Amino acid sequence: MRHPEFMRRFIALLRKEVRQMLRDKSNLAVGLLLPIALILLFGYGLSFDVKNAPVAVVLEDRSPLAREIVEGLQGSAYLAPVFAADMPEAERLMMAGTVDGIVRVPMDFSRRLNAGGAQIQLVLNGVDSSSAQTIEGYVGGAIGAWAQQQADRAGNKPGGVGQVEVVQRMWFNEAGESRWFLIPGLIVLVLTLIGGFLTSLLIAREWERGTLESLFVTPVRPMEIVLSKVTPYLVVGVIDLGLCLLASYFLFQVPMRGSLLVIIVAGLLYLLVSLLLGLWISGVTRNQFQASQMALLASFLPAMMLSGFVFDLRNVPVAIQVISQLLPATHFMQLIKTLFMAGNNWPMILRECGILALYALVLTFATRHTLRKSLR
Amino acid sequence: MHEFFATLAQIGALIRKEILALVKEPANRMLLFVPALMQSLLFGYGATYDLTNVPYAVLDQSRGAASIELLARLDGTGVFHRTATLTTPTQIAEVIDGNDALVVLSIPSDFEQRLNAGQSAPLQVILDGRNSSTAGSASAYVGSIVASYNASLGGGAPGISIERRAWFNPNLESRWNMMPGLIGALSMLQTLLIAALSVAREREQGTFDQLLVTPLTPFQILIGKAVPAILVGLLQSTIIFLVILFWFQIPMNGSVWLLYAGLLVFNIAAVGVGLSVSAVSLNMQQAMLYTFLLIMPLMLLSGLLTPVKTMPEVLQIATYANPLRFGMDIVRRVYLEGAVFMDIWRNFIPLLVMGAISLPLAAWLFRNRLS
Repeated sequence: MRHPEFMRRFIALLRKEVRQMLRDKSNLAVGLLLPIALILLFGYGLSFDVKNAPVAVVLEDRSPLAREIVEGLQGSAYLAPVFAADMPEAERLMMAGTVDGIVRVPMDFSRRLNAGGAQIQLVLNGVDSSSAQTIEGYVGGAIGAWAQQQADRAGNKPGGVGQVEVVQRMWFNEAGESRWFLIPGLIVLVLTLIGGFLTSLLIAREWERGTLESLFVTPVRPMEIVLSKVTPYLVVGVIDLGLCLLASYFLFQVPMRGSLLVIIVAGLLYLLVSLLLGLWISGVTRNQFQASQMALLASFLPAMMLSGFVFDLRNVPVAIQVISQLLPATHFMQLIKTLFMAGNNWPMILRECGILALYALVLTFATRHTLRKSLR
Repeated sequence: MHEFFATLAQIGALIRKEILALVKEPANRMLLFVPALMQSLLFGYGATYDLTNVPYAVLDQSRGAASIELLARLDGTGVFHRTATLTTPTQIAEVIDGNDALVVLSIPSDFEQRLNAGQSAPLQVILDGRNSSTAGSASAYVGSIVASYNASLGGGAPGISIERRAWFNPNLESRWNMMPGLIGALSMLQTLLIAALSVAREREQGTFDQLLVTPLTPFQILIGKAVPAILVGLLQSTIIFLVILFWFQIPMNGSVWLLYAGLLVFNIAAVGVGLSVSAVSLNMQQAMLYTFLLIMPLMLLSGLLTPVKTMPEVLQIATYANPLRFGMDIVRRVYLEGAVFMDIWRNFIPLLVMGAISLPLAAWLFRNRLS
């Protein structure tokens, strides 16, 4: 060993940190149980897939033709039509939250249909805008299918007008299951949360108790403090990462199309960044109260809202895109979603891993800087 | 009567001390205003499900008038932007894998021919499913453009148009749904943490024991700890509320009084949870640990990101213990729907129950969790 002194001091510090970590059992237990609980809870709990959405149907036109349309709605697995006698009743149901939409077939529907242009009214509750759009899609689809059927039954005259037919394929996620993109995202959130709460108080606590100042009079160097504080929690984080990967593969059967090794390496890099970010916050604030708030505000919330977890970054203004690109979570999010669902994309793997490694390096030195042997 | 006023004065002194502890440091003062302001701006722009920019690529092997017309309609939306024009099918994988295109339209060489012959002409739409919700919206968008193109060709299916009307949010903008939700969510996070750290900090520094030997009863201490945290919550809600109203200009349809009544009850429940956490914790590390443990379930099972209705039954029941679920519902419905008390009174019950359980529990724990 070229630096026997470094190793001796590092191991001594490491031993102290490990003991401190093990002494507080609740800390460790939560650190290990949290990821599995979260993955289970949200793997089953989060979904954008609207099923059996209740819609009220108001048939002002009671002709057989209009009734057929309603049968079309009943045939959809995504809609659960409920009959309402008239519009006021349907509106009452919607205000009460019993139904999410109203399909109204007006009095003159079949007359106008025979004349060539009929109208159906769809009223939606816009408060939950994304569900409303999904329901609009389903209702449109069901009615379109019925109209097509009508046309086929009538028999398209030969030499009629050709139509464009959409043949759709969704790559990487053929069934369009939202769980497949939510679960890799959850791994990012879990690692962010773990990193944040495990390390963000470590240095601040020592400042508050004055034990850091006593370290200054020892030969211990700032870098040794940084490394000895990160290492034990890295071990905890690795176990968490392993649990997350096992759950996503075996329980939720999210495909893992990229190489497992790359997923693990990228996960470790992000874990390191996340732990160091917590540690850096701790060193900058020197105050547990502020450190815990900052950890929440600077790591967890942006990782949830701005990293592309559920909100697609393609849709946000450029200024926000720039900010989100500054977050390590964004880079890991993009990488892990691709690794799970698409496969190895080497240019992306190298770029994102490089960025994460750079973050780890910068944060290590930034944290070391906060531990200079000087008092404010 | 005299005694009552003396008690009030005692509690008042404690409240003043707690508020001073929160604001005496400039950095702490900043933490009360800046994050709420910055986050409501950032998330207001960032947290959206609406498609504004869909990069797409085209593999046009037909190069006829029909495909040009169809693509022109796509470009005309202002949402679809062509990022690549492909020449061979092998390039499809490249642009999708490299995130250069969300959608690839592949138009076969006999497209024009089939259309002119009165046959159905397949248009292949390939989507990047890595974010299946964006892909789904983009697919629906392409579908509606193709449908209107078909209609312009005439013939085919009988014309039924669907006239959409959306209540409370005419353009179905997801920001309108998200931002009122954030009034509850963002303020709760910090309030919860402030409440959770308040007792834990005093335990760690040893001053809590001193507080317990003062003439104040645990319940009076509780009020002293709860009031400042509730005030912080209301302050942060107000900041976010003002940003939404004046910066994002989302119209407020309900009564401000009812909104604040809802926020008050919601904050009481949230602070009750936070103080219970605090009373259980022996030091700040533990308080933070338990808070972080709670935060993710509270956020994700609130209906902020995904609707409560799409959750499995068991979890829907679990959300009854989540103050944010009801707080958010009150705020959204009052703000957007202009709901009156009779519409939303049911949301107050779980919140009051949560407050009525958690606050006395915290007070009891103050004394009974002495290590």
